Amino acid sequence: MNDLSTSSQITYQAVPIRPGTIRRIRGLSDQALAWLFITPTIVLLLAINIFPLVWTIYLSFTNYRANRANAPTIWLGADWYQSILTDPDIWAAMQVTAHFVVWTVLIETVLGFGLAFLIDKKFRGHGLWTTIILLPMMLSPAVVGNFWTFLYQPQIGLFNYVVAFFTGREASSFQMLGDVTLSPWAIVIVDAWMWTPYVMLICLAGLRSIPDYIYEAAEVDRASNWRQFWSITLPMALPFIMLAVLFRGIENFKMFDMVNLLTGGGPGSTTEVASITLKRAAFESWRTGYSSAFAIILFVTVFGLANIYVKALNRVKSR
Amino acid sequence: MNLDVNTSTSNVSLTSRMLRRGPLEAIATTIIAAGVVMLMQPFFLTLYSWSFAVTLFGTVMFTIVSKVRE
Repeated sequence: MNDLSTSSQITYQAVPIRPGTIRRIRGLSDQALAWLFITPTIVLLLAINIFPLVWTIYLSFTNYRANRANAPTIWLGADWYQSILTDPDIWAAMQVTAHFVVWTVLIETVLGFGLAFLIDKKFRGHGLWTTIILLPMMLSPAVVGNFWTFLYQPQIGLFNYVVAFFTGREASSFQMLGDVTLSPWAIVIVDAWMWTPYVMLICLAGLRSIPDYIYEAAEVDRASNWRQFWSITLPMALPFIMLAVLFRGIENFKMFDMVNLLTGGGPGSTTEVASITLKRAAFESWRTGYSSAFAIILFVTVFGLANIYVKALNRVKSR
Repeated sequence: MNLDVNTSTSNVSLTSRMLRRGPLEAIATTIIAAGVVMLMQPFFLTLYSWSFAVTLFGTVMFTIVSKVRE
């Protein structure tokens, strides 16, 4: 054993690897090596992110139609933008989106913060409850959309029976997904059910980041629980709440899958959010140039919101 | 003479105070938020028509001022 270790030491000492040897052999500087490693990522980024974006911007100024790719393309300038930004139907779609975004974010924030506040109290079995509460968030939107479609069935759906139990109405007397008034709320309920746990997680992180000594100092000053909540808990958790609001706002502004699965934009156009309108223009009417302009408008809005989100994130990080 | 010097000094300090990342980012953020609100409000079609221009201006401004010194 000793012989073996000695021989390996001798071998190691006999061929020392001096720093820079490999580099000199290959003839690559540190910077060249860095570029070598980073180039595939940059190429991939250019191919799947930057090129489609630039191409979409170009198409948004033309009359291009994807189903008539060989037809001559005419430069239209900002005509599509002007058309979209003066179209009352698109404006209505934006209002449907606004209804969806405002209510889901409001409900998710209030419920999420409330749940986080309760979970933060660390009662018996709080770990188990946290896991149970987080379950909806872990499901795929496709799965959630499909099983809520069954839950909302007027004849066999559990949701209608629960409402009937509490209100005394006939279970089959209302359709959550087929009624003009109820269908926007049906989507709000599903989104809130699915994403409240996510807001809860972020708020919980905010609540756990508040040091205990602040509450101890407040106790010494004989501050009431109510006063502690308004003067310590809420202000210190506020950046995290803002983060959750912005993130959910951006995500719901782009919402497509859930709405498409639950109502497909109907009945009529009562749940036709902006992304559904965009899909219809792009893949049903095949107005590629028009839908590209619409996509760019949505992109700029989301990009602007993302800037605010990043700023809020930096503020949270600096704490 | 003294008055001129004081005015100049206060101008410089005001400019240097304004041309910092923090206040400029706050202005850009407000413009973006205003643009998004204009896009989604249900009251005036004219505000909706101008929303994209406002959001785009705010976003470009934010991108530029985020490179300004602290």
